[in-house]
Amino acid sequence: MLSQKTKDTLLGPLNANNPVVVQILGICSALAVTVQLKPALVMGIAVTIIVAMSNVIVSLIRNTIPMRVRIIVQLVVVAALVTLVSEVLKAFAYDVAMQLSVYLGLIITNCILMGRLEAFAMTNNAWDSLLDGLGNGLGYAIILVIVAFVRELFGSGQLLGLPIFPESWYAAGYENNGMMLMPAMALILVGCVIWAHRAYNERKQK
Amino acid sequence: MKLNTNSNIYTFVYMTVVVVIVAVLLAVVSSALKPLKDANVLLDKQKQILGALKFNLDSLDTDPATKYLSLVNDTLTFGEKEVYVANLDGEVKYILPLEGKGLWGGIGGYLVLNEDKNTIYGVNFNHEGETPGLGAKITEYKIFRKQFEGTHIRNEEGKVVSVAVLKSGKIAEGKDQVDAISGATITSEGVSKMLEEELINNYKEFLSDVPAAEENVEPIEEKEAEDVESED
Repeated sequence: MLSQKTKDTLLGPLNANNPVVVQILGICSALAVTVQLKPALVMGIAVTIIVAMSNVIVSLIRNTIPMRVRIIVQLVVVAALVTLVSEVLKAFAYDVAMQLSVYLGLIITNCILMGRLEAFAMTNNAWDSLLDGLGNGLGYAIILVIVAFVRELFGSGQLLGLPIFPESWYAAGYENNGMMLMPAMALILVGCVIWAHRAYNERKQK
Repeated sequence: MKLNTNSNIYTFVYMTVVVVIVAVLLAVVSSALKPLKDANVLLDKQKQILGALKFNLDSLDTDPATKYLSLVNDTLTFGEKEVYVANLDGEVKYILPLEGKGLWGGIGGYLVLNEDKNTIYGVNFNHEGETPGLGAKITEYKIFRKQFEGTHIRNEEGKVVSVAVLKSGKIAEGKDQVDAISGATITSEGVSKMLEEELINNYKEFLSDVPAAEENVEPIEEKEAEDVESED
C-alpha cells in the first residue's frame, strides 16, 4: 500500500533508526517525565504532534527561509507550536498540563525536533516530512513508555496510578524499589533498552 | 527573476514578518482561551479546598463548584492574606491558603482549622514540580495528609507554634508533629517551614484574637446570633 520509501520514513524511526536509542537524542526529557506512565504518554503524544506539525510547516516554507537564519526560523516555529499546545492543554486538560509543568515548555529544546527539522524537513516535501515527524515522535514515545512502564511498576507498584501488586505481597515483605524513582535509573534503563535493541538487531543481521 | 534569499534586506524583512505572524497568533489564542484557563484555575482551587474539607471529589452529590459555593460563604482579609470561612454541617471552619517552597519549586496548600482556631480539621497540599513518587506524595491523603487531622497548631499555653513535619523517631519539643515522607526530606521540611512561616507570622492577625478554648464557645455563638439578626 505504501511505497518502500514512505514506509522507511514512517517506520524507520520506530526501530532501526530510533531517535532515542540509536541517535541518542532527547535523553534529557526521557529522564524527567518517565517516573510515571501517564505523563510519559502525554509527553510522547505532545512531542509527536509538535514534531509532525513543525516538520510540515518548515517543509512548506523551506524554500523561502534565508539560510543564514534558518535555525532561528525553525526555533520560532517550534516555540510557537509548543506554546500553542501548552495553552490548549491548560484550557482543556488542566490536570495533565500541571503534571507536565515545566517539561512541556522544554519540548522546545528537545534535540529531536531541531534534528528532524534541520536534517529532514529542510530538504523534503511536506508529506514525507509529516511521516518523518510522526515516525520520530512515536519512536521517542515508545522508549518513554517502556522506561516509564518499568519505573512506575517497580518504583511505585502502580501503572497509570492503579495499584498492580496485591496488598498480600507487601505484607509478605515485597517493597517498592525507591531507586526506580531516581533520575539515574532512567538513564540506566535507557541503557538497557539500547543494549537489548542493539543485541536484537545484530542477531537479525547475521 | 529569482529572489535572493540570502540578502540582508530579505533576511530582515522575513524575520520581521515571521515574528509578527507568530506573535499575533499566540496573542489571539492566549486571549481566546483565557476564560477557559481562568475557570480551570478557579475550579482547581475549589477542588483543593473541598479536598482539604475532606470531601471525596469522586462521590460528590453536585459538581465541585456548586458544592464549594454552598459551603464557603465568607472571606476575611488580613493585609495580603485571605481566610475563607466555610459552614460545614453548622460548624464554622476556617480555610487558610498556604504558600511555601519545596525541593524543585513552589508548594502550597489549604489548611482547615476548627472554630477554636487551634485544631486542624483537614489539609490539602499542592506542588509545582516535586519528584513524583517522593516529594509529590504530600498531596496523597492516606500517606501524608491524614496525619494532620486533629493535631493542634497551638501549644498548651495557647501560643501558635505550628505543627512539625519530622522523620519518624524524632520528637518535636512543645508542639504536635507528623511523620515526614521518607526519601523526600527537603519537600517535607518545606511543608514544615511553610506551616511555621504562614501560621506564626503571616496569619498572626487572624490567629491572635482567640481567647482560650473554653471561653470562646459562647462569644462566638453570640456573634453568630448577632450576624443572623443583622441580616434580618
